[in-house]
Amino acid sequence: MLKIEDLHARTEGKEILRGVDLEVAAGEVHAIMGPNGSGKSTLANVLAGRDEYEVTRGSVLYEGRDLLSMEPEERAVAGVFLAFQHPVEIPGVGNLYFLRTAVNSVRRARGQSELDPMSFLSFSDERMKLVEMDRSFMSRSVNEGFSGGEKKRNEILQMAMLEPKLAILDETDSGLDIDALRVVAEGVTALRSPDRAMVVITHHQRLLDYIVPDRVHVMSAGRIVRSGDASLAKELEANGYGGLGPSGDDQAVAVGAGR
Amino acid sequence: MTVTTGSDTTPTPFGTDGAGGLPDLRLAFDAAEPDWLSQLRSRAVDVVAERGFPTLKDEDWRYTRITPLLDLAFEPAASRPVSSPSPALIDELCGTSGGSRLLFVNGRFMPELSQLPEPAPGVRITNLASALSERRPVVQPLLEASFGARRHAFWASNVASAQDGLLIELSPDAVVEEPVRVVHYCDPAGTPVVAALRSMIVLGARSRVAVEETFIGSEGSVYLTNSITDVQLGPEAALEHFKVQLEPEAAFHLASMDVRQERGSRFVTNTASIGASIGRQELVVHLEGEGAEATVNGLYLPRGDQHHDCPVRVEHVAPGCTSRQLFKGVLDGHGQGVFNGHIVVHHGADGTDASQTNKNLLLSDRAEADTRPRLEIFADDVKCTHGSAVGQLEDDAVFYLQARGISKEEARSLLTYAFVNEVVDLVPDPSVGERLGRLVGDRLRGGSAGSGQ
Repeated sequence: MLKIEDLHARTEGKEILRGVDLEVAAGEVHAIMGPNGSGKSTLANVLAGRDEYEVTRGSVLYEGRDLLSMEPEERAVAGVFLAFQHPVEIPGVGNLYFLRTAVNSVRRARGQSELDPMSFLSFSDERMKLVEMDRSFMSRSVNEGFSGGEKKRNEILQMAMLEPKLAILDETDSGLDIDALRVVAEGVTALRSPDRAMVVITHHQRLLDYIVPDRVHVMSAGRIVRSGDASLAKELEANGYGGLGPSGDDQAVAVGAGR
Repeated sequence: MTVTTGSDTTPTPFGTDGAGGLPDLRLAFDAAEPDWLSQLRSRAVDVVAERGFPTLKDEDWRYTRITPLLDLAFEPAASRPVSSPSPALIDELCGTSGGSRLLFVNGRFMPELSQLPEPAPGVRITNLASALSERRPVVQPLLEASFGARRHAFWASNVASAQDGLLIELSPDAVVEEPVRVVHYCDPAGTPVVAALRSMIVLGARSRVAVEETFIGSEGSVYLTNSITDVQLGPEAALEHFKVQLEPEAAFHLASMDVRQERGSRFVTNTASIGASIGRQELVVHLEGEGAEATVNGLYLPRGDQHHDCPVRVEHVAPGCTSRQLFKGVLDGHGQGVFNGHIVVHHGADGTDASQTNKNLLLSDRAEADTRPRLEIFADDVKCTHGSAVGQLEDDAVFYLQARGISKEEARSLLTYAFVNEVVDLVPDPSVGERLGRLVGDRLRGGSAGSGQ
């Protein structure tokens, strides 16, 4: 489904990705771990199409298409979803209106009929159960005044409603207490499916107790330096990221270290 | 009668020499008018000549250059043939629900296209021209006040030329349930004209009414609307006012609203400036009785080469009054928006609670927002806040929406709408709020303003 080859990207003149290779098949969950500054979030943002990153080399194929030539919204309607590390607050835009606009944009692009307000409401009611949200979230402005946990649940709700083929979760666990982490992880787990691939970016191992990945990759200094199965995450938990080679500004940061 | 118009040194183009400018005000004089009115009009012509029209040197006009307007050769509107908008358009603008609706074309009342209620006790809703003689005790002092020292020449010019307008007078305790809807339509039929309007809303103690005004004109036409509205609110009276300025983008719109409030009265206004080449909506509120409240909100959405100017002055004269101002501007193309907000807390106006917020969103590199909040406080124990901001759409928010499948263009329009929605949400009447939301939404999606037909 996703094939990244020799991907280089930079921002503000600084090279952050220095040759990423990664292949993800439908149905698989891949975890990407690594110390701060290793390029994990940059990779997520490059895949989603944020234009402040400039790709200088390499290619990304998504379902055989050149992902890098697509606009962010084209990627979204084609099934690429990024759960943001820092969801953006948008005062004045109601969550309900936002979600309906997004869902209908995606449905239109997929040749499906748009949902009228009533059918949308029953659809959203159903999906909200997944992340233990109620309708009161819908009448608020997008992420405005949401707690950290509420913002992340809202991201997972959007994922549940947009039904992507490739979901990239960028540090969805960061800033969550244990209850919120459980809700988010259960939501993600419920969305695992044979035709959906997931890339879970995390700094900590604890999320992977809930979402057991098929593959674990370690990023360091803009490259994937090690790959393995779920046991690699346990190993990192025990030994830290030390000894993985140069990792930008901070080598040998312990897993779970505060930022 | 000898009238002096203009001089060599002051910028007072009257067009008497055929070189363009505003029409000779005397052309509009009607020999059949009562003497007191003729005398006022003559005096007004003199006042205009003495003061001259404002220039950029006038503090209140610093950002608004009216020379494009003074360079045109205008005729008085009354001398032109009058057409009228289609009934469908009137329905669209006024709604089809009950209540009074008054249509003015080129500054003149059109009774056959209007709908006035059965006269109810204590309620007078009519056009000014038909009530002039009978209501002289109310009308004359308001016209004379137009010559006050702080008033620019368009006030006097209005006195000299306005033939008609809205008149609402309510006796104490009279309540008008349905909003009064007023449409001002202009069709200059080829030659630039001046449509001068004078409206008066005088509410007795505890009376209340809502007024919705729409200014519109035939597509692509050039004219000047010079509209002045005097409002007087008796003790505990309440006026809800809404105005949308949708003039064609080649027209000019200069409007002033002067509000005097007695004890415990309540005034709410929401104005939306959408059309006109130069559109100026001036508001002055005098809080003269204890505990009076004023909420003055507005939107301005200039694009292309449009210029919108919103001078607001709130005078806290009496103690314990409250005023709220929220003005938001969305500026696109080469558009320019000016917010000139002034709060004056007079000596003795203790316990004043005043706030003022102005926010501007620039959608283009060439657009300009000028914001000038001013506070002058001469009393103790007052609470005054003000803030202003000029910004652009946040890239992060645009990207967030794009990442959810919403096109960049739609994302920008959604965020822009969200920016102005705060003002739309403050409109007290839900149906009016809905209409404003629709107008603003159409506009932000690139629809044309001021398409009269």
